[in-house]
Amino acid sequence: MIFDWLSSLIGNEIIAGIICACLPLFLFILPFALVAVLMERKVSAHMQDRLGPMRTGYHGIIQTIADILKLFQKEDIMSNEVDKPLFNIAPVLTFIGSYAAFAAIPFTSNFIGTKLDLGIVYILGVSSFGVVSILMAGWSSNNKYSLLGAMRSAAQLVSYEIPTFLVVVTLITVTGTTSLLNLSEMQTGHFWNWMILGGPGLNLTKFLLIPFMIVGAVIVFISTLAEVNRTPFDVPEADSELVAGYYTEYSGMKFAMFFLAEYANMFAVSAIVSALFFGGYQSPFGYLGNLLGVSWLVPFEQLFWFTLKGCLFVFVQMWLRWTLPRLRVDQLMTLCWKYLIPFAFANLLIVGLLVVL
Amino acid sequence: MIKQYFLNTWSGIWTVLVGMKITFKHLFTPSVTIQYPDVKVELPERSRNRLYVNMDDCIGCDQCARACPVSCIEIETVKSVPGDEVGKTSNGKKKALWVTKFNIDFAKCCCCQLCVFPCPTECIKMTSIYEFSEFERDNLLYNFATLTPAEVDEKKDSYAKLEAEKAAQKAAAAAEPKPVAAPAPEKPKEESSNN
Ligand code: SF4
Ligand code: SF4
Repeated sequence: MIFDWLSSLIGNEIIAGIICACLPLFLFILPFALVAVLMERKVSAHMQDRLGPMRTGYHGIIQTIADILKLFQKEDIMSNEVDKPLFNIAPVLTFIGSYAAFAAIPFTSNFIGTKLDLGIVYILGVSSFGVVSILMAGWSSNNKYSLLGAMRSAAQLVSYEIPTFLVVVTLITVTGTTSLLNLSEMQTGHFWNWMILGGPGLNLTKFLLIPFMIVGAVIVFISTLAEVNRTPFDVPEADSELVAGYYTEYSGMKFAMFFLAEYANMFAVSAIVSALFFGGYQSPFGYLGNLLGVSWLVPFEQLFWFTLKGCLFVFVQMWLRWTLPRLRVDQLMTLCWKYLIPFAFANLLIVGLLVVL
Repeated sequence: MIKQYFLNTWSGIWTVLVGMKITFKHLFTPSVTIQYPDVKVELPERSRNRLYVNMDDCIGCDQCARACPVSCIEIETVKSVPGDEVGKTSNGKKKALWVTKFNIDFAKCCCCQLCVFPCPTECIKMTSIYEFSEFERDNLLYNFATLTPAEVDEKKDSYAKLEAEKAAQKAAAAAEPKPVAAPAPEKPKEESSNN
């Protein structure tokens, strides 16, 4: 555990705690956001046969840094009619919501914010923080587009939490644990031990579980995609209808805050999907460190695999974004209530039966 | 009913996969972007951009200014006085006018090319320059005349003098119609040689 190590190094639990809390932000989220924003632009550009940013650095690789510098310099515009306290709190709260989720995400076997036994439940809990802050932002902006976006967002997030939770419950019935760390530990070894392929062990149940696990993975991917408001589920920010949805009125650093939260969220849900179904930080082929007998190499390998899997899912999210058009609000609800929830529910029942038998 | 439901689900998943396949293919197709300021597309042969006037050939006939639908060419000319060497056009004709002002306002020019056709010496023509934006609109007023203001004043003065002499001569001729052309021709010659 990184916290124990730090507190023994510094000798003060509070400072160690603070450092430990900041680590994922500075080591992970900020660099990730830098890379992800550029990746998003490059992926979108190449999918449309364009080139994307090309002029800042080689193939535009420092474009995001330039953008951030620009956002730093921008004036913080606030209209007279906004509800000032709420307006100022909302972006911070959005970021807190998405950052809090990182506390329970296992980056490697010994780098996890807190060894929470209820990890996945906690993550689902704090992710609904997003609804509150989005509603806050929409309401306090005093702008019809912002409010419309916020209302849509609330409806969407609340509905899509249900299929996510149903699939998570399915997993809990199979594995019997709610801690993401334990869950990842269980899927150690090789990729055939991943939950998507029925989990560890070698018996009939494992093979029977495979199709249901795949259905579960698809459902949880779709519903988490909807929870982070990405296209095709971006009705809350629908640029072509609502300007920018709930953050229409924001500018400068507050806008950047929403942006950072969005990318942090993208990675968080990708990490959750990979931790639930794709082995989390576990390598699919065993560890080089174990093979060579250098045990300190293992956590770094784990971090590598974790980042790789996360980025892969983030890439799939971007890929979907540039493939699918936005759903209408009623289609969004149809998808959730008429398709995802029944499927997730049937999945839960069948998996439960299989596990009991 | 139930069958339709599963068919819907299946077609939903399938069409998304088809779409993803298409976008994935496009991820690797070479992009069509032209890196504009670095790479420029060759312009079509008869593209119309900024005008250029070759003042060596311009005879100051004002045809172009009259053809222009938006009146953005402004020409002023002064007749040369006898003895002045205005120069020759490239096809060997002698020029008779000093072009003291030749302004084209590219802020107004609509690039219609109508001024190019009437030019008798083909000295006003289209170039392939199209990047000439300016921050001040006044900077778009291009001056093609080659004479300096001092020279312009000089030409104007000499022409005015010539005119004045002619007028004086005429007046003199009108005043005394009988001694027809005896003393008159001597005077202007002296004056013009002074210039
Ligand atoms: S191109 Fe057309 S608008 Fe421009 S100067 Fe010639 S006649 Fe006038
Ligand atoms: S038509 Fe040609 S020669 Fe005549 S004034 Fe214009 S540019 Fe000069």
